Amino acid sequence: MIAGAYALASVLVFATAALLILVGAIGVIALKNPVHSALSLIMTLFGVAIAFVAQSADFLAAVQIIVYAGAIVVLFLFVIMFLGVDRREHVHVEPLVGQRAFAAVGAAITVGGLVVLMARSHWVTGAMSVSTKGVALATGQANVKQLGTAIFTTYLFAFEATAALLVIAVVGAVLLARRERSVHDEEVEVDA
Amino acid sequence: MNPLLASGDPLFAHGVTGVVLLIVLIKVLVGFGAIMGAVTIMIWFERKAISDMQSRIGPQRWGPFGLFQTLADGLKLIGKEDLVPSEADRFVFKLAPYLVVVPALITFALVPLGGTIHVAGHAVMLQVANPPMGILLMLAMSGISVYGVMLAGWSSGSKYPLLSSVRASAQMISYEAALGMTIVTIILATGSLSTHNIVTSQGGGVWHWNLIRLGVVPFVVFLISITAELNRPPFDVVEAESELVGGFHTEYSSIRFGLFYLAEFMNTITMSAIIVTLFLGGPAGWIPPVAHFKWIFPIIWFVLKTSGFAFAYVWFRGALPRFRYDQLMDLGWKRLIPLSLGWMLIVAGFLIAPGWGFLMAAAVFLSWTLLTRAFTLGQSREVGSEAVLPVVGERPIPGRIIRKLTDGES
Repeated sequence: MIAGAYALASVLVFATAALLILVGAIGVIALKNPVHSALSLIMTLFGVAIAFVAQSADFLAAVQIIVYAGAIVVLFLFVIMFLGVDRREHVHVEPLVGQRAFAAVGAAITVGGLVVLMARSHWVTGAMSVSTKGVALATGQANVKQLGTAIFTTYLFAFEATAALLVIAVVGAVLLARRERSVHDEEVEVDA
Repeated sequence: MNPLLASGDPLFAHGVTGVVLLIVLIKVLVGFGAIMGAVTIMIWFERKAISDMQSRIGPQRWGPFGLFQTLADGLKLIGKEDLVPSEADRFVFKLAPYLVVVPALITFALVPLGGTIHVAGHAVMLQVANPPMGILLMLAMSGISVYGVMLAGWSSGSKYPLLSSVRASAQMISYEAALGMTIVTIILATGSLSTHNIVTSQGGGVWHWNLIRLGVVPFVVFLISITAELNRPPFDVVEAESELVGGFHTEYSSIRFGLFYLAEFMNTITMSAIIVTLFLGGPAGWIPPVAHFKWIFPIIWFVLKTSGFAFAYVWFRGALPRFRYDQLMDLGWKRLIPLSLGWMLIVAGFLIAPGWGFLMAAAVFLSWTLLTRAFTLGQSREVGSEAVLPVVGERPIPGRIIRKLTDGES
């Protein structure tokens, strides 16, 4: 009976998480106001965190909230507020030629890939991980240890590469954002 | 496997029965009552202490020593008209106060208030919840409470609250980094993320408290960053009344304003409690040799320590002038983040072996020298139209097009 109750509870948790993720994700695209879109993005992130907890990945859930909801979306909102882009934009002209066709092809590839993965692998059937051949990862505190060991041994190269990528992105952003001063600019400043 | 077993709470060791559910419910209600009562007293205490420091009398009319002043204020706030500005974003405007109150409550739920007692054959920890990711949940909640402040300011549709919310978001994100680094230092020494384990690892006397065990530096960094995270004086640029009217809650009235006010004091108490948990051994302390009611002494120790920090916050407010915004940012980014990062490396080194510790200390000292040199260079740099750095390499996008993109219509 207890097993049945747990099964029911996990189905309910999954349904809640899925609902949060889907409603949030649709909201991000469908809502007109960018701030509202950012808010529904937070809802999606919370849904993903719940899904992580349901999979006993407590650490990932906590980090998901701290990093994504607590820092990245805050920066999105910061930019939205700072630049004052919270008015409706008029997108009559499509900036990229044929973007609708590309979007359709991209969506088809993504959905197709997911369907193929579902058909050929077992990860929808409740297996905890692909790499451990369906054996559940450790829960609770041991979870962090396992994750840390994996990152700093097996996946060290990928980890360092990600770090390098982020630094490159920051340097690139600074380079792009730095404006060259020309004689023309200074004339404008003198006029103003 | 039963996922509740992994939560580290002995209450769930024998499965979830009706009694266990009842105990959990009682814990939640008692925790809620405790924080609400503490907030009522804290508001009175802050007003009274500040008025003493400023040679005023302070609240005195309602009840003995004006103790019921908070209740009277609360009733007045509930009775006031609830205004929503015409330019406001109604949904977000109404949502924002709850985004401040709920994280404050959740954070308090993680704090161990006392030891473990036995009720009806069940071991009951005197803390509302002990999730395995305890202290990370506290970081997550302090990240979420940024939204309350930010969205309150934005949704008001008014200039001063918007300025305040831009300040708040930048400030709280900046100090979260230093906060996180200090917490990592504590986790390294403890080897666990749960608040209960952090407290038990500090048992066995004052010398085992993280305050002393980790060197005093993480404590100081944590205290400063948490004050900034709370937007308490001297870091309250978010509600600097001489610049921004009332800050992010300028447009709020009635009970919605009351919720912000409540959350501010709730956070002050909760963060005092978190400091006590992380650095002062939580409820640890001397227990007199009595036959019964031994469990009450840890709670008394906890309340005493927490009150000490709550008073310190009031003291800060009475004694220190407000920081300027750029000083605040300098302190966060140029001092606290490098300091907490360096100290974390040194602690990690000493945890492996003393040799590694001294090596790390040398490396940190070297980086500190380089960083100081970089800061002095940056500050003495001439700022003028001629002092622009030379162009490095070729731009992927020509300047003309970038200017067109960034300047928009002009």
